[in-house]
Amino acid sequence: MFEKDVLESIKEQRQKYNIKLEKLTAKRPERQPEFVTDSGIAINTVYTPEDIAGQKPDDLGFPGEYPYTRGVQPNMYRGRLWTMRQYAGFGTAEETNKRFRYLLEQGQTGLSVAFDLPTQIGYDSDDPLSMGEVGKVGVAIDSLLDMETLFDQIPLDKVSTSMTINSPAAILLAMYIAVAEKQGVKQEQLKGTIQNDILKEYVARGTYIFPPEHSMRLITDIFAYCAKNVPSWNTISISGYHIREAGSTAVQEVAFTLADGIAYVQAAIDAGLNVDDFAPRLSFFFNAHLNFFEEIAKFRAARRLWAKIMKERFGAQNAKSLMLRFHTQTAGCTLTAQQPDVNIMRVAYQALSAVLGGTQSLHTNSRDEALALPSDSSVLIALRTQQVIGYEIGAADTVDPLGGSYFVENLTNEIEQKAYEYIKKIDDLGGAPKAIEFMQKEIHTSAYKYQKDIENGTKVVIGVNKFQMQEDRPKDLLKVDPLVGQRQADKLVKLRAERDNEKVQKLLNDIKGVAATGENLMPYFIEAVKNYATLGEICGVLRGVFGEYQQQIVF
Amino acid sequence: MSGKPIRVLVAKPGLDGHDRGAKVIAQALRDAGMEVIYTGLRQTPDQIVGAALQEDVAVVALSCLSGAHMHLFPAVVEGLRKQNADDILVLGGGIIPDEDIPELKSKGIAEIFTPGTSTQTIIEYIEGKVGKA
Repeated sequence: MFEKDVLESIKEQRQKYNIKLEKLTAKRPERQPEFVTDSGIAINTVYTPEDIAGQKPDDLGFPGEYPYTRGVQPNMYRGRLWTMRQYAGFGTAEETNKRFRYLLEQGQTGLSVAFDLPTQIGYDSDDPLSMGEVGKVGVAIDSLLDMETLFDQIPLDKVSTSMTINSPAAILLAMYIAVAEKQGVKQEQLKGTIQNDILKEYVARGTYIFPPEHSMRLITDIFAYCAKNVPSWNTISISGYHIREAGSTAVQEVAFTLADGIAYVQAAIDAGLNVDDFAPRLSFFFNAHLNFFEEIAKFRAARRLWAKIMKERFGAQNAKSLMLRFHTQTAGCTLTAQQPDVNIMRVAYQALSAVLGGTQSLHTNSRDEALALPSDSSVLIALRTQQVIGYEIGAADTVDPLGGSYFVENLTNEIEQKAYEYIKKIDDLGGAPKAIEFMQKEIHTSAYKYQKDIENGTKVVIGVNKFQMQEDRPKDLLKVDPLVGQRQADKLVKLRAERDNEKVQKLLNDIKGVAATGENLMPYFIEAVKNYATLGEICGVLRGVFGEYQQQIVF
Repeated sequence: MSGKPIRVLVAKPGLDGHDRGAKVIAQALRDAGMEVIYTGLRQTPDQIVGAALQEDVAVVALSCLSGAHMHLFPAVVEGLRKQNADDILVLGGGIIPDEDIPELKSKGIAEIFTPGTSTQTIIEYIEGKVGKA
């Protein structure tokens, strides 16, 4: 990228600088014996054009052009800011509907639904295994009735909705399509995302139901159905977020997420789909952690690496198939129960790194999340944090403002290279579904090292291992009504008494039959949920045909 | 110093899948010389009680971040009591609001460790109660 004589002259100057530096540090040692990013990449004292001399001009390119290092749109946020999408859900559908409408009134631009664990694992609220869990970490959805309440007075042709649901994603999507139809909204008008990323459930998050091959089939059924019927829907959000929360480094987050992405693309191709028919609707989900520049570089590296994989490995032709579009959430695991207001600053820097990295949508965590679900006032500060970045500080006024920074470009190259090496290793193990335990082990090793670094003080966490103080816990924490489980159970009794049970039974039998063949299950799910078959009933039938995944314990 | 290592069962009751903390603690206890069994995800209180008896552990360390602790933690203590195994030390950790802690302790959970606790604190606590290996 630079003329040879320019580089020669910089090299000479650098040698002089290094001599000066050595003398200085001999007299006054630096703060730390070594400086490294969270992924362990060594950080130099200073970066110069020499550090990116090997980078090809084509690797940078222009925004909106291959390999999309600088962003997927030509003018990025000058055209439109990212979608401000706060993840929310707790208690019953009524309560969550209220929170949704509050957030929309406050200027949030997209919805993001958090489901409770029974819903995520396909149990009805009255199942014995659901005891104590109903409505706790998200909203309880048992049937279409709950979905109707959840989106009451929210126009689904205008709002885009992201649903964090994986194992039973096809059934929740079916419910969403059915609610839209009731509102008079056609499925081709629907905009949004289902997470639908089952591989990361086995690797890092734990809300799996079925064994991998059956889960992959449900996913390709969704790809195929949506390609034909719900063309604006993001059919998957391939998620590094949870991999990072489970303790991975930034490099591992990129590598394992893209390795999962490769597995989905391959599965869809193997199922007979044409890559350019489904690839434009693939989306990604990343974590914004604390190491500011490494995070920015991570987003840029992920975009470039994915573009190359799609072009070179899968031969995608459509430009949209090559673009890595992603949602970002700030890192929940970095929030402290100590001095929770400090979390507001952590979240702000993390959010800024996501914006400087070119995210398409963003969730900012609330200050009290290490203590409870966020209160109304905390979630408002979190949303305002995004609005300050978007409207007040000028960060969105030019594209990729750190592009060309010797440091950020060097880090981007390093992360891309290291992630690529991991992907090669996973390929050698037979691909992501076969490398689940390998990835788990790598993540655990990183998580343990991170904890040790905090305990020995190598890594500073304000309020935890430095600048501690005595304090009272905040008093206005959100508490989920303990009776929500009972209320949901009562609703189910009423539902089962009022619906056409003969028809429901027939539709469940249809699902059982089709599950055993290769036919697309989506139309059958839609028909069943419209007739108020419950999530637990449908998943129960599928459990009977597919079996359940048994976790291998690795640590 | 008896020389016999302390045996600990680390368990994840309920449907919560976040086991980073459980695994980190399991590893730290192991590095401190304890024998650690980790049950994996989605264990019912009954399964945890069964595993604790079968493995003959001195300590059961429960982890839950989903908010279901008030239902799940006391159920483990109760289950152990029914099996005449209430000498087993039961600890809890995760996202546990302050106001829940007194009730959990009154129901027999010996100590609750919330986010930010160092693994060393937990190791010292266990050694203080069960005796150093």
